[in-house]
Amino acid sequence: MATTAAEVPSRRRETLESAVIRFAGDSGDGMQITGSQFTNTTALYGNDLATFPDFPAEIRAPAGTLPGVSGFQVHFGAADVYTAGDAVDALVAMNPAALRVNLADLKANGILIVNADDFKETDLKKAGLAKSPLEDHSLDAYRVFAVGLTRLTRNALAELGLDAKSMDRCKNFFALGMCYWLYNRSMDPTLRWLQEKFRAKPLLAEANERAMKAGYAYCEATEAFQVTYDIPPARLQPGLYRNLSGNTALALGFIAASQRSGLPLFQGSYPITPASDILHELSTHKEFGVVTFQAEDEIAAITAAIGAAYAGSLAITTTSGPGMALKTEAIGLATMVELPIVVVDIQRGGPSTGLPTKTEQADLLQALFGRNSESPVPVLAPSSPGDCFWIALEASRIAVKYMVPVIVLSDGYLANGAEPWRIPDLAELPEMKVRFRTDPAGFRPYEREPHTLARPWAVPGTPGLEHRIGGLEKQDLTGNVSYDPLNHERMVQLRAAKVEAVSAEVPDAVPAGDPEGELVVVGWGSTYGAITAALRAQRGRGRRIGHVHLRHLNPLPRNLGAVLKRYRRVLVPELNAGQLLWLLRARYLVDAVPYTKVQGKPFKQAELESRIDEMLGGGR
Amino acid sequence: MAATTLPTYTKKDFQSDQEVRWCPGCGDYAILSAVQSVFPELGVPKEKFVVVSGIGCSSRFPYYMNTFGFHTIHGRAPAIATGIKIARPELEVWVATGDGDGLSIGGNHTIHLLRRNVGVKVLLFNNRIYGLTKGQYSPTSEVGKKAKSTPYGSLDRPFNPLSLALGAEATFVARSVDVFQPHLKAVLKKAAAHQGSAFVEILQNCNIFNDGAWDALTEKDVREEHTVALEHGKPLVFGKARDKGVRLHGLALEVVRLGDGVSEADLLVHDERHPDPAYAFLLSRLDQTPGFPTPIGVLRAVDAPRYEVQVAEQIRTVTEKKSKGDLAHLLQAGDTWRVR
Repeated sequence: MATTAAEVPSRRRETLESAVIRFAGDSGDGMQITGSQFTNTTALYGNDLATFPDFPAEIRAPAGTLPGVSGFQVHFGAADVYTAGDAVDALVAMNPAALRVNLADLKANGILIVNADDFKETDLKKAGLAKSPLEDHSLDAYRVFAVGLTRLTRNALAELGLDAKSMDRCKNFFALGMCYWLYNRSMDPTLRWLQEKFRAKPLLAEANERAMKAGYAYCEATEAFQVTYDIPPARLQPGLYRNLSGNTALALGFIAASQRSGLPLFQGSYPITPASDILHELSTHKEFGVVTFQAEDEIAAITAAIGAAYAGSLAITTTSGPGMALKTEAIGLATMVELPIVVVDIQRGGPSTGLPTKTEQADLLQALFGRNSESPVPVLAPSSPGDCFWIALEASRIAVKYMVPVIVLSDGYLANGAEPWRIPDLAELPEMKVRFRTDPAGFRPYEREPHTLARPWAVPGTPGLEHRIGGLEKQDLTGNVSYDPLNHERMVQLRAAKVEAVSAEVPDAVPAGDPEGELVVVGWGSTYGAITAALRAQRGRGRRIGHVHLRHLNPLPRNLGAVLKRYRRVLVPELNAGQLLWLLRARYLVDAVPYTKVQGKPFKQAELESRIDEMLGGGR
Repeated sequence: MAATTLPTYTKKDFQSDQEVRWCPGCGDYAILSAVQSVFPELGVPKEKFVVVSGIGCSSRFPYYMNTFGFHTIHGRAPAIATGIKIARPELEVWVATGDGDGLSIGGNHTIHLLRRNVGVKVLLFNNRIYGLTKGQYSPTSEVGKKAKSTPYGSLDRPFNPLSLALGAEATFVARSVDVFQPHLKAVLKKAAAHQGSAFVEILQNCNIFNDGAWDALTEKDVREEHTVALEHGKPLVFGKARDKGVRLHGLALEVVRLGDGVSEADLLVHDERHPDPAYAFLLSRLDQTPGFPTPIGVLRAVDAPRYEVQVAEQIRTVTEKKSKGDLAHLLQAGDTWRVR
């Protein structure tokens, strides 16, 4: 180390509104942990933030190769943060492959920290590079900090008696320490986390701690960075906050629904990316009476849930697109026997196995129509990671109130992405009153509540209520098997009317931004942040634009058609080939136009803005 | 519920008001009658019974039972029954399924229910044919079966349902026959008494599409020659004159004639509680050898932990350790910060 602290010239501290940092390395380099730690520390500091973990489907692709690159991006700011950021202010690249995959997203003059020890000829070859970008001036547009992360980490850990491999596993924490210094963050939250995580392996806690502190000290002791950055805490709504990912939020939401309704929670699930974390999370909360049933397949997962619902549980099943396809027939059964279940689809790129770890919104029409015959079901979509909590409650509430299967469409971006979440008081949670039928007098299995059209929930074990249900068409009121043509038509109408009855509770669409004007942008699901950010910028330029973001996709808000007609143009951005677009055009006869992206990646703010520019004329 | 408060049920109490719509002469009538006769004798309140089925002729069963009943979708009855039993272990959950429903489209759920030892009783009606779809061969049809979809004969080897169940290490495995009413009722009672999964194959005649499939076992003049009734602790003797027996020879079973130096003491003594499923598996293969009798009765009945009980116990143990979940505490878990 060349310099000592005394020789360091006085450094500048700059205050920024926001910053985007991306950690990129091999899938074995611990980039997800590094990113999560930086995120947690940043959240605790009080910034608003959004994250975008992006990793390959292969658990360990060959080390150092392009397909093995794993990344974690966090956008944090002093004001509201809506997306994980279009471009990156600081990139940490642990090897040449990570550099090659991610460099295009680094802003001009952006900070680039690379592990100089991993730019040997073999490393370059694995990344398909003929010569080192550290030497050919191809990085001249950036502020490059080529640091021997491997060597420096080994030096820092020399006394611990670890083997080289174990020492090298700590180099991500050296890089993390550097980033903490660069953004003036405290190391305390990560130190606490290390103590907790490696409670049984104090040597590893010590090693990672030393690596991180060495990274921090390296920056302090060298002239590496001329400037460090402050991003002051954001002005969020007052309250107690935690950082929350979409999948964890769903799990917590279902536990809350179980507590609220007094019904035991039953989750039937089969492991599938990117939904498995809901199963992992719920399986740790048995003290809430949660049953997590890892079934033999997707079909058993949902049918076991239907069995549990029949027996009086709050029953859910969680999956992704391929699993949804398998559950189709069972959702039809739940529709026919009118039992409440919640089906969660964490959408990913498809069709078939598609892009398991990448995000997409292309299961909308499958959720709405992907069953044989006339079988409408309510469909909901959360708009942010934190909103997943509320959607779980809302879906559960609708399911048990109307005795219907409800589909929730989240996606890979919401599932793994995280944001600060204001923890609600229990009094803010919705009421969920559930009454099982117990009175045998006059009991008819398919007699309906007048407003909700729900049939009675008559669980086995209740004396005098013995009755039969099944997938064959039901006679109205009695529930006996009926092949009567007019009865069938009536039942088809009743099942549809029941789902439509939910619309009485669907809040009216209230556009954000302008209530009328040149353009309304209609979105759903995880695109909320990107659309919001784009529209703020566009409205800042004087354009009259509204934003309707749909959480209820079936039934739709009753006033939606009227709202759309208050604008001259309707733009529907979606991470699919135009599915909501198709629906809006069919339903409201509006000349809505698409903006679609099916790349397994979320929208960038700039992409949406240029589409709006294209529509409304005049670029920047 | 105290036994004294239990009403005295009769068969009639378990008959629903729905008209039974199987073909006249179908073996399913006999099975329905046996189940309706056995249920009143089990000492279980009527509302605790749940009969679950999939799709097929046999799966119409719940409609005719005056209990809670759920006619589900093709092959999925074991999975739905598993959900019910986990959610409410106090219920008596029975599955009515067939060779197509339970072994073809639903084969996966059948083996996994048995593997987990969920306390569900599975009655598999085996008529070796698809009846409701009008006569295609099934996964238990004999090789060369000429049926609607196989005019030149079926090519695939059939499942032996008992071998399959034993392969999944089912804790109770039995076989009976639709027309052997006293035997069938006795087997059903044993299945009901078993703690854990019970798998009962019931050989059943489809008089429309596969009439006489089991005649070689059921005709009065041959049934005692072609079946061997298993009884726990008794040697395997069969034949009208009870003059033949089954003996263990190395790793195989052989049929021997009693007399000429062979006595009952040489025969295999049935042990339904044998801990190794290999024993029952061997028995299940007996009639694979031409001329050897078909075993009926209980092949295996062993105790093992029940899945639904373990699920409940795990929840109880964790709750005791961590104390009952508190929602406000859960939501505030981990690192939090306050914005003012």
